[in-house]
Amino acid sequence: MNLSQIVERLSLEPIVEPNEPNAEVTGGFCGDLLSHVLAAARSGDLWITIQHHTNVVAVAQVAGLSAIIIAHGRRPDDATVSRAREGGIALLASPEPAFEIAGRLHQLLSAPA
Amino acid sequence: MSQQGGLRYAETRMKYAIRAGDVEHGGSASARIKGELTAAGVDAHTARRAGIVAFEGEMNLIVYSDDGGTLSVAVEPHAIYIEVEDDGPGIEDIELAMTPGYSTAPEWATDLGFGAGMGLINMQKNSDHFEIHSHVGAGTKIQCWIHRPKSNPPSDEGGS
Repeated sequence: MNLSQIVERLSLEPIVEPNEPNAEVTGGFCGDLLSHVLAAARSGDLWITIQHHTNVVAVAQVAGLSAIIIAHGRRPDDATVSRAREGGIALLASPEPAFEIAGRLHQLLSAPA
Repeated sequence: MSQQGGLRYAETRMKYAIRAGDVEHGGSASARIKGELTAAGVDAHTARRAGIVAFEGEMNLIVYSDDGGTLSVAVEPHAIYIEVEDDGPGIEDIELAMTPGYSTAPEWATDLGFGAGMGLINMQKNSDHFEIHSHVGAGTKIQCWIHRPKSNPPSDEGGS
């Protein structure tokens, strides 16, 4: 399933649109401790977090994550948005808690194509 | 501003001055480094490992150093060399600092998701050779070598 389909199916708000909306998403990762994300997320994962400051963009860049879902109604500030634009990292917002988003994403990715 | 040691034989060098407390720009040098490495023809896996090492080093300078420090990268034919150096405060007990989960991060940093007590370990795990030297009152120097795989499929993936 590609990123733009996931954005639609999970009703995510694209604060910064994906550069590659057709990129295939193979997995996801939930985490709010940045070093934990760097240690354990796989390249290409869709990252669900409640962190919403500028550093999350750099984490997604160095770890090669496909996009960031900012959960539970948190909003990134302008600096974070502009850094995500510069870095080509999609920022997707959702009012739902990480658990709900992860559960739905897991179902989508596990469903037979 | 010295260029010595592991930097001598470098094909490409990058050096960034990192300011203490500059969380706002935290990680931007590392993201740039990863981009430069990729542009220099370094494979994706090695560039990712180097990016993670650089990020953890960069954030350590921002969160813990007295007056900031330098993040240096050298692209060598067989390895990426990353050096993180500051002039203090220095680490009292390196073994303790390397213990998973141990952190002296201030509350403002943990609120942002730093200080998991995994930074130095992430640097070590993503390096093929890792050295840390520190003296209280003098500063800390961390040296990381990340091997570049040969053109045939890499056999040493995943660090150690």
